[in-house]
Amino acid sequence: MSERKSVLSKIDKTTALLYLLLVLFGWISIYASVYNDEHRYIFDFTQRYGKQMIWIIIALILILFIFTIQSNVYAQLSYVIYGISIFTLLIVLAFAKEVNGARAWLEFGSIKIQPSEFTKFAAILAFSRFVSQERYKVKHIKDQIFATLLLLLPFALIILQKDTGSALVYVAFIFPFFREGMPGIYLFLFFLAIFLFIVSFFYGLETIFVVLFAATLLFYALNTKKYKETILGLFVFLGIGTLFIMIDMFFSIKIPQLTIIVSSIILTVSIFFAVQFGKKAYVYNVLSAVLIGAIVYTFSINYIFNDILEQHQRTRINVFLGVKEDNRGVGYNVNQSKIAIGSGGFTGKGFLQGTQTKLDFVPEQDTDFIFCTVGEEWGFVGTFTVVAMFIGLIIRIVFLAERQRSAFSRIYGYSLASILFIHFAVNIGMTIGLAPVIGIPLPFFSYGGSSLWAFTVMLFVFLRLDVSRNETF
Amino acid sequence: MNIRKYIIIGIFLFVALALIVKLFYIQVTDSSYKLSAENNAFRRLTQFPARGMIFDRNGKLLVLNDASYDLKYVPNQSTPFDTTALCKILRLSLKEFRLILSTAKKTQYQAATVSKQMSKADYALLQESMYKFPGFYVETRTLRTYPDVTAAHLLGYVGEINKAEIKDDIYYQQGDYVGISGIERSYEKYLRGKKGIKIQVVDVFNEVKGSYKDGKFDTAAVVGKNITTTLDAELQKYGELLMSNKMGAIVALEPETGEILVLISSPTYDPNLFVGQKRSENFKILASDPTKPLFNRALKALYPPGSTSKPANALIALQEGVITTNSVFISNFGYNAGSHFVKDHVGGAVNFTRAIQSSSNAYFCYVFKAILTDHKFITVEERYDNWREHLHKFGLGVKLGTDLSFEKKGLVYPSSYFDRAYGFGKWNYNTIISMSIGQGELGFTPLQIANMTAALANRGYYITPHIVKAITDEQIDPKFTQKHYVGIDAHYFPPVIDAMQLVIEAGTATIARVEGMAICGKTGTAQNPHGEDHSIFIAFAPKENPQIAIAVYIENAGFGSTWAAPIASLMIEKYLTGKITRQWLEDRMVNGSIPIPQEKKQKN
Repeated sequence: MSERKSVLSKIDKTTALLYLLLVLFGWISIYASVYNDEHRYIFDFTQRYGKQMIWIIIALILILFIFTIQSNVYAQLSYVIYGISIFTLLIVLAFAKEVNGARAWLEFGSIKIQPSEFTKFAAILAFSRFVSQERYKVKHIKDQIFATLLLLLPFALIILQKDTGSALVYVAFIFPFFREGMPGIYLFLFFLAIFLFIVSFFYGLETIFVVLFAATLLFYALNTKKYKETILGLFVFLGIGTLFIMIDMFFSIKIPQLTIIVSSIILTVSIFFAVQFGKKAYVYNVLSAVLIGAIVYTFSINYIFNDILEQHQRTRINVFLGVKEDNRGVGYNVNQSKIAIGSGGFTGKGFLQGTQTKLDFVPEQDTDFIFCTVGEEWGFVGTFTVVAMFIGLIIRIVFLAERQRSAFSRIYGYSLASILFIHFAVNIGMTIGLAPVIGIPLPFFSYGGSSLWAFTVMLFVFLRLDVSRNETF
Repeated sequence: MNIRKYIIIGIFLFVALALIVKLFYIQVTDSSYKLSAENNAFRRLTQFPARGMIFDRNGKLLVLNDASYDLKYVPNQSTPFDTTALCKILRLSLKEFRLILSTAKKTQYQAATVSKQMSKADYALLQESMYKFPGFYVETRTLRTYPDVTAAHLLGYVGEINKAEIKDDIYYQQGDYVGISGIERSYEKYLRGKKGIKIQVVDVFNEVKGSYKDGKFDTAAVVGKNITTTLDAELQKYGELLMSNKMGAIVALEPETGEILVLISSPTYDPNLFVGQKRSENFKILASDPTKPLFNRALKALYPPGSTSKPANALIALQEGVITTNSVFISNFGYNAGSHFVKDHVGGAVNFTRAIQSSSNAYFCYVFKAILTDHKFITVEERYDNWREHLHKFGLGVKLGTDLSFEKKGLVYPSSYFDRAYGFGKWNYNTIISMSIGQGELGFTPLQIANMTAALANRGYYITPHIVKAITDEQIDPKFTQKHYVGIDAHYFPPVIDAMQLVIEAGTATIARVEGMAICGKTGTAQNPHGEDHSIFIAFAPKENPQIAIAVYIENAGFGSTWAAPIASLMIEKYLTGKITRQWLEDRMVNGSIPIPQEKKQKN
């Protein structure tokens, strides 16, 4: 007992306090979104706020339990826990009934559990364990592939449950990967891919490719300081382009502009590749690969969007990107959510005074769209506070991760911070139209035991590791 | 290694900042979301007040309210229902009904009106099966009823407001009813009362969750104010009866107060036609009627005054000192105006009294000549404009400023008009001699002529004619007690008025004589390019302390003495004694009908 007490007393106070504040604010928001004249008694366990109170109490008990366990257990058991978790996902796939289009829930009588919430914890453990091994080397392609497969397995199983939102969270692992030495180019390519995806809906391919080519030239010039060569490249490109246009005019065959641009780019790159063949031209090779890759990628987005996706999926993407308005259909949720948050103004309508959330205009108001209640009743002051608390918690975890001696704890901390970050950014982002509507909960806020416990366990296991950061195992 | 930590933190912070900026934008900068939120959650129900009632001078109810029912439809509250049954109750074809519904469906959450102004009977029928039609509800409103079927032009009517008027006055919303003409229009602000508002809180299913903040922000509707008019409904109805099958106008005033006793434009119509579901149909029929029943002749028709302008011209000449009551002019059964000859049925030496009594055209040509050759002024233009100024003082050719809308100004050109037409200095009294006998370039409304008569009765002043006697809890406009002096000294009146009495006793209108009653009058016959002459008569009675001044216009009815004078006389008798002694005359007037003129060639 006394040992547990001493371990508890060493807990990182800032993180624990932020956790408690977020959980409390979350419960208040659930109370406010469910509250009506018939149900105002806070210990009414038939209501969701009453149930959430029970989940919170259980979460606090879980914290005490976590702190009684030795810290080295987690690293040792990580593969076991991972295995159990994957097995559970398979069971879900085999037996779960469909709820809201997804087959993600296991039912035991009246209790429903969403195992994919806990799979995150298992994935963090396994990932941290694998990457923290002495023999793990970033340069070993095999290691990279294996680490990726560790994550792809739960990702694929969750996709099969038709719970795309929960699956996309695994993208978060790109940050610990990066932290542990993954070449920066991958992170760059990741953001470039997102960027190109969005941009391709607003600009013509011609414009995008010309800009990409110009950016590549500029980057090459700045990086290698070979200005003459760069300018030569530009002239070769323009020369080939002019040649194409002249042929076009002479024979009047009407070559599409896009063909001219793409052909000119590829010919220019090929000519230079041929000239430099055999020489050491690392920067050049990478850059031209990225350029060609980006062109191919952008073409494939276009192809997938226009020829493979179904109409409703196209609509969904268009609405999210703001290309199209559809406030009655696909865009209804986001529009109502923006109205609720926007109507809060600077200081909000006051506790329990929200009309949009209480009158059910906002869908999923106590789970995925819980942030609306905050926005409507507490205004910008409230939303700013919540955003600040979350980002404070996440950055605090990053700092704690950096002070760990063991690689396992450090990677665990980064993974945790990144997963929290994705949940936080996507959930709040979707309520205000900055992110697509993929149903993932706001950690500690959204109603639901599975999510609350999973995040609590993930966070406090890390805090337990942090307490023992000076022990070696 | 450390740089990577900062890159990651940098990305995290950048995203958090983006969230905060966007939150600040939608919560603080952009206010449109607040409005959307209110539209979402609050349903503002307008409480329509009952319109004020309208009474005649004796307290008789002229306009009152009756309940009416509008059927409303909220598309997103509706589920499939028995369309045929509803169509049957509403008496609509399926095609019409579908059209209405598809228009209504443009706004899913807002109520659209499916059927307006349903009768009580239809409503009762609908009420029984209302439960079968989800998404429909009935809004109660009030409709005007006119129990007496009289004074349609004067009372006016109420109709749906148009878009331009909504822009002018924020009080109104689309679908509101507003006074379109008559008293309903000019006293709209008093009659309409004040709309109330009831704010209901509704949830996403449009289910009412109760009133907002226990009705703290609700306001009750305030009933419109009642108006007592100066109208004598009995006399008005009698006048309308006398005007059966005739076109024209009658305006009667109480000289001392300027109160409008009667204002008839004939033909008239049943004001109840403009109420209920058939109103637009009825409106079309009335609007295309060649006798123009919708045209308020009493206020808007410009008629030449004819000989009824002679007393006023006599007074102007006396005031200007260009003639005296001893002036005698020679008529050779007419007046030779150079290029043309003004005929006169009186010949020989005509004195002042006989000129009015027998309506001598030649005498008044000389009077006009005297006015336009007055030595006080240098040019004919100045003399003419001075005469015109006198007419204005009699309320002729200017807007009187009554409390009835659409009053016409009348027509009497300034001298510059004749300068343009004939050239400066190239015209004189003879050029425009027809104006001396109320013909030519003159046009006044029956109201203006009645008002001029009231000024004669008052021996020198009038009070702006008005229709409102009292409004509940309000003062009537003080301008309706102000005397407007016509600029003629009082001592010039007795000889003119004596002569006007002789018109009835032994002049051109002996038919208008009523035993034991001192009536003063003047006949007029106005030439009219479109057909027979208009028959005109003005009169006031009793001679001393006059109670009524009246002007009667009958279109295309010939001499003033044949139709207008008897009608005026019957009206006066009815008003002053309450009974009619000459039943034969009444019968002749009621049964007589003047045919509508076919568009004839202009006869000169």
